[in-house]
Amino acid sequence: MTLFGTRIPMMTSLIFWLLVWEIVGQLELMFLIPPVTSIIAAGIDLVQTGSWQSASMITLRSFVYGMALSIVVGVPLGVLMGRVKVIDNICGLWVNMFVSAPLSALVPILMILFGLGETTVFVTVFLFAVWIIVLDARAGVMQVPTSLVEMGRSYGASRWTIFTKIILLSALPEILAGIRIGLIRGVKGVVIGQILVSVIGYGELFELYSRNFDMERFWALTMLLFVVAMLLSAGVEHFEKRIEYYAGAR
Amino acid sequence: MANPALARSSAGVTAVTSNDPVVQVCDVCKNYRDVEALRGINLEFERGKLTTLLGPSGCGKTTLLKIIAGLVPATSGEIRVNGRAVTGPGPERAFVFQDFALMPWATVLRNVAFGLELKGVVSAERNRIARRYIEQVGLAGFEEKYPHELSGGMRQRVGIARAFAVNADVLLLDEPFSAVDEQNRRKFQEDLLRLVEQEKKTFIFVTHSIEEAVYVSDRIVLLSPRPGRISQVIDPMIDRSASPDDIRRDAGYLDVVEEIWQGLRQYAE
Ligand SMILES: Nc1ncnc2c1ncn2[C@@H]1O[C@H](COP(=O)(O)OP(=O)(O)O)[C@@H](O)[C@H]1O
Ligand SMILES: [Mg+2]
Repeated sequence: MTLFGTRIPMMTSLIFWLLVWEIVGQLELMFLIPPVTSIIAAGIDLVQTGSWQSASMITLRSFVYGMALSIVVGVPLGVLMGRVKVIDNICGLWVNMFVSAPLSALVPILMILFGLGETTVFVTVFLFAVWIIVLDARAGVMQVPTSLVEMGRSYGASRWTIFTKIILLSALPEILAGIRIGLIRGVKGVVIGQILVSVIGYGELFELYSRNFDMERFWALTMLLFVVAMLLSAGVEHFEKRIEYYAGAR
Repeated sequence: MANPALARSSAGVTAVTSNDPVVQVCDVCKNYRDVEALRGINLEFERGKLTTLLGPSGCGKTTLLKIIAGLVPATSGEIRVNGRAVTGPGPERAFVFQDFALMPWATVLRNVAFGLELKGVVSAERNRIARRYIEQVGLAGFEEKYPHELSGGMRQRVGIARAFAVNADVLLLDEPFSAVDEQNRRKFQEDLLRLVEQEKKTFIFVTHSIEEAVYVSDRIVLLSPRPGRISQVIDPMIDRSASPDDIRRDAGYLDVVEEIWQGLRQYAE
């Protein structure tokens, strides 16, 4: 970014808006917007409380389990759909429907099925993340060049070898892209799931803070979640870049 | 037409025989659903020679080559390699792909060694062989590069080195130079002739370039447009001891090019 011909570092914009926020907060115009400094103070305070730590454990656990299941189910299903016409015909419609459906609407049903607890949150994460992983894995194995498979056959590779040494590796960039988007959707799932369930984890905390008009802690928790989601996405993206480096121009 | 460079030239041939055939194509027909791609192909490919399949785009050259490779099943007819009927790919045949078919995630060395890797040759041994062929195709120093770091011409050299590395009797090349620019193409053709000389293998080569076919071939099989049939067989008899530039100016060479052009002209109109 440049302004009046001088380069301004990326962080400047962030600092500027935080300053504006701080001033608005200090003026005490709205109780919804407390000063940034007190939000940060509340955040430092918050992470030391037992309630935050146990809420984080619950969140992390349902996120990790939900993501693990999405990957373990999503990648093989997508690969199968890409390779086996029958399975694609059976599952294709459903996957395409769910990938763009407003899944939050399903959470109340999940609450009836799985109760007001961690299981519902875990299933929500799974439902948010799995479909895009399926679709990207499917797209990945479908775009494997025919000549690459013929190359394997002409040099005497068995079907299994072609699958493991050519098809899977060739689809790897797409599979990883699906997992990255799945992770981001999973973060949404874990937050939305907890807020709707609202008696465990961060959902319980959000509920508590907004009921008590504890805006400092409310914002502190929100910002923490934003930062974590961004870091997660940046981490996977970094890993993906290294894969794409050798996948290169195809 | 008394052209000394043409040992044999016949129109409407139905069968082509040779003294010591390594590959025999017997009555091969190929239909893709309702598209008739090849009709009644009878051909023999002589051991140690370079035979070119030449014809307009879409006449079935790739199809015929892939049937010989065992990658595509013939609708009827039979392929024999060293006298034995074959139904699939085999170690005595190696294929060079028009689009290179390199694994983008593997280095040049691993790509060249891939055929050997699939055969179960141990790593040290296959890398040693691969390095030798990488050097032979002029890519020494690029062993650890990835395909996307190479030009089109260099990528095809990798494809050719991979085919050589498995030490097959027959090399099948599908328009290997079509993605290479004109200057490099000539260099390629010269390198190919050198490799043909060195390796003593049978080459079946597909191209749609008349000049290329005449320059590199011992025998040219002209295919007619769809359905592909053999329309003419020409042995150019070019004296390859001359320098490449002299060959390209040689009257015999130019006559063969002209002769083939006349043969193909009927289809162009
Ligand atoms: N997999 C396929 N399915 C249907 N038709 C095909 C297939 N492959 C080739 N053909 C058709 O067969 C004919 C010959 O194709 P091809 O062998 O690729 O010709 P060439 O290599 O001489 O250009 C073309 O008309 C093409 O459209
Ligand atoms: Mg072709």
